[in-house]
Amino acid sequence: MDRDRRRFLTGAALSAGAFTLAGCDGLSRTSWWPRVLAGAEAVTKRAQRLVAGSWSLAPEYTKADIAPEFRANGTLDPGTPAYAQMAANGFRNWRIPVGGLVETPLDLSLADLRAMPPRTQITRHDCVEGWSCIGEWTGTPLRLLLAEARPKPNANYVVFYCADPMSTDQDGNSTFYYESLDLVEASHPQTLLAYKLNGEDLPVAHGAPVRLRCERQLGYKHAKYVQRLELVENFDHINGGKGGYWEDLGYSWWGGI
Amino acid sequence: MVSDETAASPEREPLRSDTTGRALIRFLTFGANSSPGGPVTSFYRHRLPVRLTHWFNAIVITIMLMSGLQIFNAHPALYLGKSSDFAHPLLSLQAMQDKDGQLRGITQLGPWYFDTTGVLGVSDASGTLATRGFPAWATLPGPQWLAMGRLWHLFFAWFFVLNGLIFALYAWRSGHLRRDLLPKRADIAHLGQEIADHARLRFPKGEAAKRYNALQKLTYFVVVFVLGPLAVLTGLTMSPTLDSALHPLLWIFGGRQTARTIHFLCAFSFLAFFVIHIVMVVLSGTWNNLRSMITGRFFLEPETGDRPHG
Repeated sequence: MDRDRRRFLTGAALSAGAFTLAGCDGLSRTSWWPRVLAGAEAVTKRAQRLVAGSWSLAPEYTKADIAPEFRANGTLDPGTPAYAQMAANGFRNWRIPVGGLVETPLDLSLADLRAMPPRTQITRHDCVEGWSCIGEWTGTPLRLLLAEARPKPNANYVVFYCADPMSTDQDGNSTFYYESLDLVEASHPQTLLAYKLNGEDLPVAHGAPVRLRCERQLGYKHAKYVQRLELVENFDHINGGKGGYWEDLGYSWWGGI
Repeated sequence: MVSDETAASPEREPLRSDTTGRALIRFLTFGANSSPGGPVTSFYRHRLPVRLTHWFNAIVITIMLMSGLQIFNAHPALYLGKSSDFAHPLLSLQAMQDKDGQLRGITQLGPWYFDTTGVLGVSDASGTLATRGFPAWATLPGPQWLAMGRLWHLFFAWFFVLNGLIFALYAWRSGHLRRDLLPKRADIAHLGQEIADHARLRFPKGEAAKRYNALQKLTYFVVVFVLGPLAVLTGLTMSPTLDSALHPLLWIFGGRQTARTIHFLCAFSFLAFFVIHIVMVVLSGTWNNLRSMITGRFFLEPETGDRPHG
């Protein structure tokens, strides 16, 4: 008497399980469900900002903690003729414009950056994949540049445009890496335009001549090969409109977790 | 608040023979189902908040586990300490080619290496063997898709925490925690006997079946109040923003990579609990247990010696 009932219920439970799993993959491919899931990002950002505030410092480590070889990830060499040319003469002609919603647009050389008061920090790089690596970074605190450029009241984000092409379409137009931070993260004391790793000039594999360090964020936020900064009110008009190369491909803009 | 969970109204129902057509309805309306012949006593075992948080958690933790494995697959290796010593992982799921050019999945645990082709390291991904830590059937989503795995994980993490807090608050305020979950001195004294009974698959009957035994208390207490918070805290320790605010987290767990390893161990402890939990539910009366967690009502078998359970 019970056997059929049990078989029915067991079958029902198993099919429900399989159906649910298939459903979860299906849900991931809809346009609406990932948007629902992404709704947690704003909550997470608010909660983390509440706990961390604007100024909490990422832990800094000792020389003994520095990895023997800092793992290079993402682009290892932009490989474009323009970049090769800049690298060939030691980035002497390299300049980094700071524009957009600022009172005083800047246009700085590597020497200009190095002439500003530097900060050196031994910090942990946390890749979104899960691994961590510790290195010593030296660079110009971004807030010094922002103080000189004076963001306009409606400026909310700093966008970092990079020299490494991530993909090229059939017409030969490349999509370059880019990232963005809000002004809180951009003005954080440990947020640097770093030009040295472990006391040496930044190697090409790590983003020469300058990469971003934003120590409270995951690795993909730390844009390499930074070429230009733009202050914007929002990033709707830039590429996919999500504020970064990986963000346009579905990663969270908030890289705090 | 209410505190009569174990003293709820006993009920007597004659056992009727069953027809499959009414199976589900009878199942949901407390239909009697155990020992043939003789009256059966039932009592109200699980209150509504316990049942709701139980099932909600069952769904959420499955999603957390599977999306967690998806995230793990992005870098299927574990380390100890502040950072990753890539040359010496504690555990890694790798792929290599054998001398015939075939992909082999290799699981490395400390100094040991195991060929785990097909399951760990290398497994079937839409028809061909591919390099991936855990197989597609174990991850959410199935294909390698870190961004989507993170979306699921970091969305449902909030519900895991909220649901846990609701249960904890209810358990505390209702007396469920003190009465049913916190092991007492007498429970500890019986622990040895109970482990032996469980190992021989002898489960309490009659009045004794109304209360959790020491082993159950200890297990549920540790899973809910130790494993749960540990999983959450080690998860939070992986956040660079929270690390900047809460340096002690890193100190408590021995660095971000150790925290990640503990997080992984928590996940598999949940899985181990889940498997044992299901086995125990089946061995001590699947439908009676299942029904008690759906409708609340649990049927007591009279104490009639050592007849094995079906």
